[in-house]
Amino acid sequence: MCLAFAAKVVEIKESLATVERAGVKRAASLMLLPEAKVGDYVLVHAGFAMQVVDEKEVALQNALIAEMNGAPRTVLEL
Amino acid sequence: MSLIEKIFALAAGKKNLRFMEVCGTHTVSIFRAGIRKILPPNVELVSGPGCPVCVTAEDFIDKAIAYSKIPDVIIATFGDMLKVPGSFSNLAEEAARGADVRVIYSPLDCLKIAAESQNKRVIFLAIGFETTAPTAAATVLSARNLGLKNLFFLSAQKLVPPALKMLLADSEVKVDGFLLPGHVAVITGTKIFEFLEIPSVVAGFEAEEILLAIINLLQQIDEGRAEISNEYKSVVKAEGNIAAKKILAQVYEIVDAEWRGLGVIKNSGLKMRDEFADFDIEKVLPLEIEPAKKNTACRCGEVLRGIINPPECKLFSGACQPLHAVGPCMISVEGVCAAWYKYKF
Repeated sequence: MCLAFAAKVVEIKESLATVERAGVKRAASLMLLPEAKVGDYVLVHAGFAMQVVDEKEVALQNALIAEMNGAPRTVLEL
Repeated sequence: MSLIEKIFALAAGKKNLRFMEVCGTHTVSIFRAGIRKILPPNVELVSGPGCPVCVTAEDFIDKAIAYSKIPDVIIATFGDMLKVPGSFSNLAEEAARGADVRVIYSPLDCLKIAAESQNKRVIFLAIGFETTAPTAAATVLSARNLGLKNLFFLSAQKLVPPALKMLLADSEVKVDGFLLPGHVAVITGTKIFEFLEIPSVVAGFEAEEILLAIINLLQQIDEGRAEISNEYKSVVKAEGNIAAKKILAQVYEIVDAEWRGLGVIKNSGLKMRDEFADFDIEKVLPLEIEPAKKNTACRCGEVLRGIINPPECKLFSGACQPLHAVGPCMISVEGVCAAWYKYKF
């Protein structure tokens, strides 16, 4: 139910953002997070950005996901 | 020292401890990672009422089904509601009989459906906890701005803190600490949980984050503290999401609400304010329905309070399985019984 994912805001038109994660783009409303800016990572739930996410956290997550897909371990350097 | 070693060191010599998670996504994450099996024998994780689909009352499903049978009505819903049993049927069966039931990802999708179907009434089944409730409220405001006259809401959202309060007051419920729902806390913030008088930790959803939260709980017990701690700081702030809380309060007011299997909990639900009556299907098109018929052999009320584990219910894995579930906890992928069935059984 409360599944959410972090994605980068790449474009904002009025209160609707385009967010991107691993090459996939989606629309996300900024009605609940009006302070989000282009370049921010945001937590997206049910089509709405809910909170700005610490960029370092996203880098850690991405490194772990890459590792699961066979990439060498880089998470310790982060 | 690894996280697990730390947990064993902290738990050594302590009495039996039960920690309750109150979030379906936590439940699934705990089972998927096998955390229950690697914990010390005196530390038990037990699931609370953390799945919004599971706690949706039979009456609500019966009402949604009754609306779906009215000509030119489109029911829009999150997918996990489809198979939740009402008294006699579920929405998936009604769709098979010809009802127009659409699964959506975001409440905002309803705006498009309503705009494309001007001669029909679109009813969104607005359920969920604090995480999801503001998305419905924002959709109401958007519908008003767009001048949509054919989008309505059947609302039964629930609030987590009053349910925790009820659990703590229940002498049958034995809990030594709470793993608080991370994404609920994104909206509510951590301050709202300060009334809890037992150790409580807002946790993230990865296995490591859950282990960190368990360490935090054990440390609190070790040092005789009982605090609200935040182990999901990357997105959870003390004050929560103020814009979301404001939009929610603009559209919805707090009322007593019935939780499936738990009964009525004071101030634990949301109802649309009179100002938005034009969007409230229960005001626009009131329906009288028969009182719900309860499935009495289903023990989901005890499961949701952590009093029994699913295998103690005689229906579990026999009469009640994911493909032919009796109770909601077996239907939702985030339900406690479904998690036990999939990962443990």
